[in-house]
Amino acid sequence: MAKLIHWGASIAGTIALALFIVMAVPAYAQQGAPVNPTASAVKEQQLLQELGRIQGRGTIPDVKSYVLEQPMGREWRQFHEVTLRWIGAITVLGMLAILVIFYLWRGMVRIEKGRSGRKIVRFNGFERFVHWMTATCFIILALSGLNITFGKPLLLPLLGPEAFTTWSELAKYAHNYLSFPFTIGVVLIFLMWIGGNIPNRVDVEWIKRGGGIVGHDQPPAYRFNAGQKMIYWIVVIGGGASAVTGYLLLFPFYATGIEGMQIAQVVHAVVAMLFIAAMLGHIYIGTIGMEGAFEAMGEGTVDVNWAREHHRLWLEDELARTGPNESRRQPMATPAE
Amino acid sequence: MARMKFLCDADRCIECNACVTACKNEHEVPWGMNRRRVVTINDGKPGERSISMACMHCTDAPCAAVCPVNCFYTTADAVVLHSKDLCIGCGYCFYACPFGAPQYPKVGNFGSRGKMDKCTFCAGGPETDFSKEEYEKYGANRLAEGKLPLCAEMCSTKSLLAGDGDVIAQIYKERVAKRGYGSGAWGWQTAYRESIAT
Repeated sequence: MAKLIHWGASIAGTIALALFIVMAVPAYAQQGAPVNPTASAVKEQQLLQELGRIQGRGTIPDVKSYVLEQPMGREWRQFHEVTLRWIGAITVLGMLAILVIFYLWRGMVRIEKGRSGRKIVRFNGFERFVHWMTATCFIILALSGLNITFGKPLLLPLLGPEAFTTWSELAKYAHNYLSFPFTIGVVLIFLMWIGGNIPNRVDVEWIKRGGGIVGHDQPPAYRFNAGQKMIYWIVVIGGGASAVTGYLLLFPFYATGIEGMQIAQVVHAVVAMLFIAAMLGHIYIGTIGMEGAFEAMGEGTVDVNWAREHHRLWLEDELARTGPNESRRQPMATPAE
Repeated sequence: MARMKFLCDADRCIECNACVTACKNEHEVPWGMNRRRVVTINDGKPGERSISMACMHCTDAPCAAVCPVNCFYTTADAVVLHSKDLCIGCGYCFYACPFGAPQYPKVGNFGSRGKMDKCTFCAGGPETDFSKEEYEKYGANRLAEGKLPLCAEMCSTKSLLAGDGDVIAQIYKERVAKRGYGSGAWGWQTAYRESIAT
């Protein structure tokens, strides 16, 4: 019986083998034609055209190295080496030229009635500390940032490679570390002056009347006029944008890949150039552009006549609250609107 | 002088990663950094291909163009090298590089960067050939010894070719003619603005 089963199995196996061979023969015969293993293979140019980059899988832990090719660095290179230099040169030098021409035409805006000799507190110690902390950081950040864009063509030939590297490395460290107090400063500025910087109807008239800097008019304004509100929002929005994009670059691959960093660098650089141009205007009005303006942020007090000419509504509010003889008293941290 | 290039024949690469290991060992490349890596496209699917990639030593190299301190230079053999003494670790070359070649040791600010490191085509750096400083900063200088990059030298299938661009292009062309197919020289169009007509 066992022998019979063995026989049966053998016969079945033989039939199965015969069937397999019969079925396999046509397939074997087909292999005589030359095969092209690349017919279904991935094509470099096709992948680049379809996806713009080529990504696969690797065996090392560094996941970002699985991107094989990302040729869009080419556009970023064009931006960094050509476009950005033009943007920077036009905005920064353009603003400087405008300010020089404006100063020659308008000169320093004087306190028309002269100084009264009486002072009123405009910015308290904390406000001035925050302002100057942010301002100092900004100037160093601006110079060290401009060095990355313009240092190579302008400073490198003067300093030579070793000295330029020493300076640039120092500037990079300053740029990275001072970004923290700068960001804190921008946040504090946003919080402590938001009350006085919401645009309102007074601003429309102030702008219509040239703000008292273009003409010789003295349109009324509360604590911050429309021009100052513009500076405020430039600092808040520009500072916020440069901080966010800056931290994306400072902490590579935490939030974004290479493309994200390329975009972040473009935004960072363009915002920074516009920011620098705007701050040049701010520095101009706060120093040689207007008599009696610097002391507001310098000592914290302004002449009452200056306040009357430039911030009449604010002065009236202050005097109404403190009384005319107590004008030296500290104003509240958030100004009256 | 030759115009040095890399060429990875994707139809021969078997993803053994010997080039990666050879490179790391030859140059004592620290943990976490890879001057060369193998990437597999369409892994596990029909038509998958593996490509060994490192710095391609581009013509008109984008890294050199965007470097804010000009720390890159091109040798007479068209190998793109850089000076770690001049590098400030800003990361700009990494944004510009199409091949992800620049590596950073993560000892810089906030653990993010440090002096950039990349494939040297086994040609060392600006220091004196075979000096201790050169080896510590850039690794071995095989080119000065008259040898080609180790990754390609020890490639078991001779998929990875390194050497004079014209010579390796000729080798590849002959291969393609003989076997009847070839998926092209990966990265050449991006790096050298030319491809090998086969």
